[in-house]
Amino acid sequence: MGLAKRIIPCLDVDNGRVVKGVKFVDIRDAGDPVEIARRYDREGADELTFLDITATHDNRETIVHVVEKVASEVFIPLTVGGGIRTLDDIRRMLNAGADKVGINSAAVFNPDFVREAAERFGSQCIVVAIDAKKVAEQRWEIFTHGGRKPTGIDAIEWAQRMVNYGAGEILLTSMDRDGTREGFDLPLTRAISEAVSVPVIASGGVGNLEHLAQGVLQGKADAVLAASIFHFAEYTILEAKQAMAAHGIEVRLA
Amino acid sequence: MSSVAIVDYGMGNLHSIAKALQFADDRTRVMVTADANTILAADRVVFPGVGAMRDCMQALRTLGLDEVLHTVARTKPLLGICLGMQALLTESAENDQVSCLNIVKGQVVRFAADLQDQHGQALKIPHMGWNQVHYESHPLWHNIQQDSRFYFVHSYYVQPQAAGVTIATTQYPEAFTCALAQENVFAVQFHPEKSQVVGLQLLQNFLHWDGLV
Repeated sequence: MGLAKRIIPCLDVDNGRVVKGVKFVDIRDAGDPVEIARRYDREGADELTFLDITATHDNRETIVHVVEKVASEVFIPLTVGGGIRTLDDIRRMLNAGADKVGINSAAVFNPDFVREAAERFGSQCIVVAIDAKKVAEQRWEIFTHGGRKPTGIDAIEWAQRMVNYGAGEILLTSMDRDGTREGFDLPLTRAISEAVSVPVIASGGVGNLEHLAQGVLQGKADAVLAASIFHFAEYTILEAKQAMAAHGIEVRLA
Repeated sequence: MSSVAIVDYGMGNLHSIAKALQFADDRTRVMVTADANTILAADRVVFPGVGAMRDCMQALRTLGLDEVLHTVARTKPLLGICLGMQALLTESAENDQVSCLNIVKGQVVRFAADLQDQHGQALKIPHMGWNQVHYESHPLWHNIQQDSRFYFVHSYYVQPQAAGVTIATTQYPEAFTCALAQENVFAVQFHPEKSQVVGLQLLQNFLHWDGLV
């Protein structure tokens, strides 16, 4: 008996539609975000994450409407990320019905933003998203702009600093693995998870259900996030949970 | 038509709880309010909250809602959620010790920093995610299976003085009080409004509960 490891489907939203990951040149349309959110909720998703992949004005409006609609009928935690830069952005998402917001680039450009956000809205709703890339054995660096720009910041130190500033959770994406379907960067996941006191969500690289279990067992992640393997009904959330349970991982089977 | 007032004292987002209550029973009038008279006139009261205890108590006192909640607890069903549950106790260790409402005698304490699970892995604080709720009989658990999972996110938990007040426990890694019941008061550490089917069932049960007076 104890706390379940969470499975979090991520919906990358562009122009009102859920699309396959950012890294794919050939963006495939996976459907209507509200319908997909409903399906994941029925299948037993533990939380949902909406990612605004373009963060343009129009897409922002769309995401707010999607979150409002989903929040009125799906009663599990909802996180919104992508282009969150101001306290007003956060307030807007929370008012639309989001429970947490993911802060990514804005944290790198202005770390105090995380502190202000946590003080104003509480750590429980501040997820700091970290995009890390391997630069040497057991060494990872923070990258911005979808993994194109190095910052010289060490990923482990950064994660610890963000927790000190009030991050309630870390969403960790391996930019080496994102979109590859080769599985999480397990040493990275484990290094970050063991370095911070708050929960860590592993992201980037999931290609099959075995990868999800590895993220928890070897990566020591508290939650695992995946996008494309769920969107095209390759696997259902329930199958993912059953696969994790078969490895002895505690999951919520509704 | 019965009514439920959600106490709005500026601590967190109340949309979720309002939407969930409305979804749980569309014949109930759901009001989000800081107005004492509206709260006192409602059939039932929900007292939610996220954030820090010092801000919470300050906001309640500034708005005069501390007294209102004492009256509510004596006269009608009251559901405390998360920080709203903790604020019902005597005192909290958060923010270097804060005096709370003292509607339920007891303390609010923090999870120890060095907790480990049975495999020796460090446990994360906040306690975040879906954990099992082991309950003793009460009308609010109607149609909810024993040991169902609810969604939690918190770093502090309540320790009521009287053992009989604890109506459910959760393990992290030791058992702590995740729900309490004292006369008209029912309070939960988890978020029923974020706990899918079982959470909605609990809210519906609350909306059909007449308390014990």
